[in-house]
Amino acid sequence: MTDVVRRHAEAEYATELALLAAGDDRPKPPGWKLSPQAVVTYLLGDGDVITPKYIGPRRLMEVAVATLATDRALLLLGVPGTAKTWVSEHLAAAISGDSTLMVQGTAGTPEEAIRYGWNYARLLAEGPTRAALVDSPVMKAMAGGGIARVEELTRIPSDVQDSLITVLSEKVLPIPELGQEVAARKGFNVIATANDRDRGVNELSSALRRRFNTVVLPVPADAEQEIDIVSRRVADLGRALELPDLPPAYEEIRRVVTVFRELRAGVTEDGRTRLKSPSGTMSTAEAISVLVNGVVLATHFGDGVLRAGDVAAGIVGAVVKDPVSDAVVWQEYLETVVRERDGWRDFYRAARSGE
Amino acid sequence: MSEPAVHLLGIRHHGPGSARAVARALEQVRPDIVLIEGPPEADPLVAWALDDGLRPPVALLAYPSSGDAAAKASFWPFGEFSPEWQAIRWAVTHEVPVRFIDLPAAIRFAAGSDPADESTVDSVRQDPIGELASAAGYDDPERWWEDVVEHQTSTVDGDALAPFEAIAAAMGAVRQGTSGDDERREAYMRQQIRAARKAFATVVVVCGAWHVPALTDPLPPAAHDTRTLKGLARTKVNLTWVPWTHGRLASWRGYGAGVTSPGWYHHLFTAPDRVIERWLVAVAAVLRAEGLPVSSAHVIEAVRLAQALATLRGRPLAGLAEVTDATRAVLCDGDELRVELVNRRLVIGERLGEIPADTPGVPLARDLAATQKRLRFPPSAGTEEKRLDLRREIDADRSRLLHRLRLLDVPWGKPVEDRGGRGTFWEAWRLEWQPEFAVDVIAASAYGATVPAAATTRAVELAGAANTLGEVSRLVQRCLLADLPGAFGRVLRALSDRMALDTDVAHLMDALPELARTLRYGDVRGTDVASLRVVTATMLTRIRVGFAAAVTGLDEDAARAMKERVDAVHSAVPLLSEEALGEWLDAVAKVADRADLPGLLGGRFARLLHDAGRLDRDTVGRRLGAVLTVGVPPAHGAAWIEGFVAGGGLVLLHDEPLLRLVDSWLQGIPAGNFDEVLPLLRRTFGAFPAPHRRAIGERVRRWDSADAAPAEPAGPHERGDLVLPTVELLLGVGRG
Repeated sequence: MTDVVRRHAEAEYATELALLAAGDDRPKPPGWKLSPQAVVTYLLGDGDVITPKYIGPRRLMEVAVATLATDRALLLLGVPGTAKTWVSEHLAAAISGDSTLMVQGTAGTPEEAIRYGWNYARLLAEGPTRAALVDSPVMKAMAGGGIARVEELTRIPSDVQDSLITVLSEKVLPIPELGQEVAARKGFNVIATANDRDRGVNELSSALRRRFNTVVLPVPADAEQEIDIVSRRVADLGRALELPDLPPAYEEIRRVVTVFRELRAGVTEDGRTRLKSPSGTMSTAEAISVLVNGVVLATHFGDGVLRAGDVAAGIVGAVVKDPVSDAVVWQEYLETVVRERDGWRDFYRAARSGE
Repeated sequence: MSEPAVHLLGIRHHGPGSARAVARALEQVRPDIVLIEGPPEADPLVAWALDDGLRPPVALLAYPSSGDAAAKASFWPFGEFSPEWQAIRWAVTHEVPVRFIDLPAAIRFAAGSDPADESTVDSVRQDPIGELASAAGYDDPERWWEDVVEHQTSTVDGDALAPFEAIAAAMGAVRQGTSGDDERREAYMRQQIRAARKAFATVVVVCGAWHVPALTDPLPPAAHDTRTLKGLARTKVNLTWVPWTHGRLASWRGYGAGVTSPGWYHHLFTAPDRVIERWLVAVAAVLRAEGLPVSSAHVIEAVRLAQALATLRGRPLAGLAEVTDATRAVLCDGDELRVELVNRRLVIGERLGEIPADTPGVPLARDLAATQKRLRFPPSAGTEEKRLDLRREIDADRSRLLHRLRLLDVPWGKPVEDRGGRGTFWEAWRLEWQPEFAVDVIAASAYGATVPAAATTRAVELAGAANTLGEVSRLVQRCLLADLPGAFGRVLRALSDRMALDTDVAHLMDALPELARTLRYGDVRGTDVASLRVVTATMLTRIRVGFAAAVTGLDEDAARAMKERVDAVHSAVPLLSEEALGEWLDAVAKVADRADLPGLLGGRFARLLHDAGRLDRDTVGRRLGAVLTVGVPPAHGAAWIEGFVAGGGLVLLHDEPLLRLVDSWLQGIPAGNFDEVLPLLRRTFGAFPAPHRRAIGERVRRWDSADAAPAEPAGPHERGDLVLPTVELLLGVGRG
């Protein structure tokens, strides 16, 4: 038993990985713990003992694994909440057995996080020596022939991003202070994730971009799948918040997911009416939070049943991020779609009453 | 002479692998006659294949000589990479006779079925080789053909017929247990083969792989087939070549359907070697042409990824799926729009076929000639002006014909400004038939066999390609004018889509008046405009929702343009419905008070609301007065007045209460302010024509002299009374 909140993928799924490794007789790229086919199976599941880690198109996982097998760096793109980090962690765990070599990208990520830093006490005492060097996760991955993960690459300032170029093209990290270098061992690679919506914040330089193959992770393909994901998560979160069990509000969940899907896709589910999309991402994660919010409202301030009024306010908040343009989008949606829809009268009224 | 040899080449329709194999097999066998699955009526048309003017993609078109050609026309399209086309080309260049051996189109038309339509047939029958490939785990049948059929047969012993033997064997297995309801077609084919082997020593049959087992020796007794074919009705049909496009090859439902990637097939057929490398280089070229940076290093990485993917998926060769995935991940940075671009330009391709100008009897040309004759409307070489009275059936038909031809880029008539100007029933045209139009008609014949059918297809295509809302709304009008109910729904759909995505309310406001007028005058032509009414109402709703944002925060030029739009919409809305007008005025009223409204629009809105009776005189007077208070910059005030009185002096002249309103406001201006306001007033009133200014002045002076007498009382007037009896007579409302 362990008391940590969350274990690393390679520890959580150690048995599955061991099982796959035992039955894996296909050729493995140098430095890989599993063959590419086995990695794909690990991610998508085999319908039996291997649980699916990613639910979505097989094609995408194949491209991701093939990219890493051709020794190219992999860039996972997608709107928030499309399992980018989750996929990158499991890829690293399956390929190199270690998903911990991770750089979290922020606006303040320094170059030391990608190259190396110094232990200043030692540096002053001994001068520049190898022992005074503090290895970055990327440097450790190079030396050990593992996978380094860079989260939210586009949040990192451009000059720091560019220190990855040498690493990716030369596969060598020079340490001029020591006159040495760290050469990457076979199996080294980089998986980066980036948010689609951050495009243009710290856009990758074309030199860096060229070193990555891009895989775009999509939002859930169909409504049923998304409703499934949302209702599971809402139930989970409800338990975590120790809310009393509400009667299942399948209709409200379906309604929220429908609104989110329609506005996100810019077209109604029946494909007959085109819509404008709001500036927010309308991700599955937001749909979940709208519903959890609605459940809390219904529990503490309502009659204990999730109703249209409990979710309407939350939806408006999720849609209208920009008070001018999004308000127009929402109004148009209400007037041209919601108003006409059978059985949505209560929702229409609830949404209008908030104005 | 030895026993006649019949070689059956079972092919995949539109399969480049099959095409290459057929070409090789023909070179090896060198037959005396080539039999091809296709309508026998097309035999005389084969000779055209030698003509350099006939360039694939082209299609054989069959249509009944009488009756509705559009409803029944059938196409057999061929690309450069079609095995049938390769067989035809080989035969005509080697002066070997070609015969089509499928059931005649005449019989199939008579039976009421579309001879080329195989879309109802299950997919195994339609593309058995594709099904075999997908059973083997390939999603690109052509790569399967290359990998399995070619690599494992012909290269072994160099026999060009080996692949076909393998296919025949496979088909024998596939067809086992299925009963063919192609009985008649195959009976006919067998009879043709029997006939051919009597006259020729070496016979090659090129047909869909599915049919091979039915045509293999030993053939069943001829008497059986004769019985099957006995007493079948025939109709008269005509055949000809028409140009085709790769795009239509991809969307075609019918003979050889399911070719979703003609461009890729063309590449597979024409690329001499290094298929993947050449393809990705072409992709890079497409992206570069769009200004997207793609280096050779990108292409190298894309090739590597495609190969790695093929290995991962357990395929010996990369196919279209792998290449597309590599294109997406490496060359397009995961951007679907760029993938779409590549898909459109390369995978489908934009290749357009050509046919010689002297190809016999394009049905569209015949239909046009027949229509011209029916309408007594012959083309003449010189320029001629013609006015059409749309109330007359024949003129309405003529007008439709001209509008349809314009949609087909055959500008025989050009609409001109009607100088008569007597109502909407009249339409004036300048007619000029140019000889080149004959070629344009041939080019347009790919769209359909009759003018309305072709114009419908064309309009739908235009609607899909249109970029702006304006283009689509003009198209809506053209569809109505050309009376194309078939296209109307699709075009409206496109309009409604563009409308939803257009974030600029100004565009919607530009489009609305035209549509409203169309609605109004659509009735003149008796077209059904109910669905247009719905779309226009939605458009008004969207305008109302976005109205506040669209009219605030504008600079002077933008405000001026917006005022024109507001006026146009305002005059168009009453054409829609009473309710629409009310909603529109509500929207105007909602923004009329806003402080961030440009002065010009503020004044205009006050005026519109006043005219509609939404604002009483006192309120308007108060607002008018407020404009000149100290908190309002003079320029704003001037613009407000300009907006308020816009529409020329005549309105002021005829609407006396309004004039009084302006007058009392003028008198109320404090003396100290008057100097400031004067230039602004001059700017507004100076824009009126001189006679109006004079009349206004005279009117005001008269009030002064009469000491602000009340407005002329409405009542009996001496000279007016004299006219009244005549007016009553005219109106037929006797005074009792």
